[in-house]
Amino acid sequence: MATVIIPTPLRKFTNNTAKLNIEAGNVEEVLLDLSTNFPDLKKHLVDEKGEIRSFLNIFVGDDDIRDLALGKTPLSQETVVSIVPAIAGGLA
Amino acid sequence: MASYQDITFSKAELARYDRHIIIPDFGLAAQQKLKAAKVLVIGSGGLGSPLLLYLAAAGVGTIGIVEFDVVDDSNLQRQVLFGKNDVGRAKARAAKSRLQALNPHIKIQLHNTRLTSENALQIVKKYDVVADGTDNFPTRYLVNDACVLLGKTNVYASIFQFDGQVSVFNYRDADGVLGPNYRDLYPTPPPPGLVPSCAEGGVLGVLPGIVGSMQANEVIKVITGVGTPLSGRLFLFDALNFETRTFNIKRRADNPLNGDNPSITQLIDYEFFCGLKNPDEKPIKEITVETFLKWQALGEPYQLIDVREPNEYETANIGGLLLPLGTVTEHADQLRRDVKVVVHCRSGVRSAKAIRALEAQYGLDNLYNLKGGILAYQEQAQEV
Repeated sequence: MATVIIPTPLRKFTNNTAKLNIEAGNVEEVLLDLSTNFPDLKKHLVDEKGEIRSFLNIFVGDDDIRDLALGKTPLSQETVVSIVPAIAGGLA
Repeated sequence: MASYQDITFSKAELARYDRHIIIPDFGLAAQQKLKAAKVLVIGSGGLGSPLLLYLAAAGVGTIGIVEFDVVDDSNLQRQVLFGKNDVGRAKARAAKSRLQALNPHIKIQLHNTRLTSENALQIVKKYDVVADGTDNFPTRYLVNDACVLLGKTNVYASIFQFDGQVSVFNYRDADGVLGPNYRDLYPTPPPPGLVPSCAEGGVLGVLPGIVGSMQANEVIKVITGVGTPLSGRLFLFDALNFETRTFNIKRRADNPLNGDNPSITQLIDYEFFCGLKNPDEKPIKEITVETFLKWQALGEPYQLIDVREPNEYETANIGGLLLPLGTVTEHADQLRRDVKVVVHCRSGVRSAKAIRALEAQYGLDNLYNLKGGILAYQEQAQEV
């Protein structure tokens, strides 16, 4: 079980839920679970090839999964997984 | 900022900055560094408002503002730099009046223009530190790339609805170690339409106030060397749930700007990079000033068209036929079909638009955009 934090722009796909508890052993399983339960969210998480979108960062604890083991990064009971998309606002 | 030790203050300035100077870890030296510093703020909107107010109040000696927009009623919900009387005024000018009223001891330099691949390096190179408060992905990547190419620190902040992000990019620490930049964090932007802008998605008015103030704090730390800047870390603020998180970010070997095999050595077309131009749209033909001068020297036949406005033409021209962009397609009959036609404007943006319109409407294929426009021409002509 890991706690997954959904960013504001993607909450409309998770019935406005900000935090989800997901039974998953690694990051890939989290994405699979999210894609299954929230089909509209899938295209925002992975591309056609199933690769994690490059404008999306996933952090396990404080660290980027690109510095860990990407999708295979293992999760434990207390792990917090944060999905952080690029946002560009500021001026408008 | 090398000679900050030589910076002196008037009595009035010393009184104004007293609460800085008496902080033990700050002192007169940090205040001198602030006065010696040149900071470029890109965008004077939601983030730019608190950023500019605090940087001006703090005594940053030279503040540049890049802003082309006009104050609108819908700005006032969060852009606290402006008041009701400013509506309809150019933001850059309104910002300058407000900031000079706040602190007459500093210099404000206005760049009343949109930041583009053509002008970014020229503008950014005059400053020590850049603070990016823009609202779109093409400009985010443009600012980042310009900063990396010129070796400037980019203090970054971004907001959306209730979320804020802050980081310090391309920062070289005291040991000479360079931190990550925006492309290390986000290699490519989201495709258009997938992530809405603030104009579509909205933003809580106070959020840019909070996040822009944090950005100002980082600018001041980078300049003064006080504290530890937010380099190599990404700060996230969720105003809705009042949660903050700070993540570690690193440089990446595949960064196209400064990774192991850099492939980007100059500014690119960021609208195209961000998918805002039709990928099927074929690029327009360009001609450099150098080649153009060669054509002239060799007596190569060509026709030169100037798509700027009559007042610009009057100030300076290079002998082109004046057909302003707004009406150029109506005068297409004046374009020769039998020779190459070189189209120019001030910097190359309007002439590119003119060429696209002419190609689309008349199927012309003999049009060449003068790269860098009359500015590049004059620069080159001076060198020759």
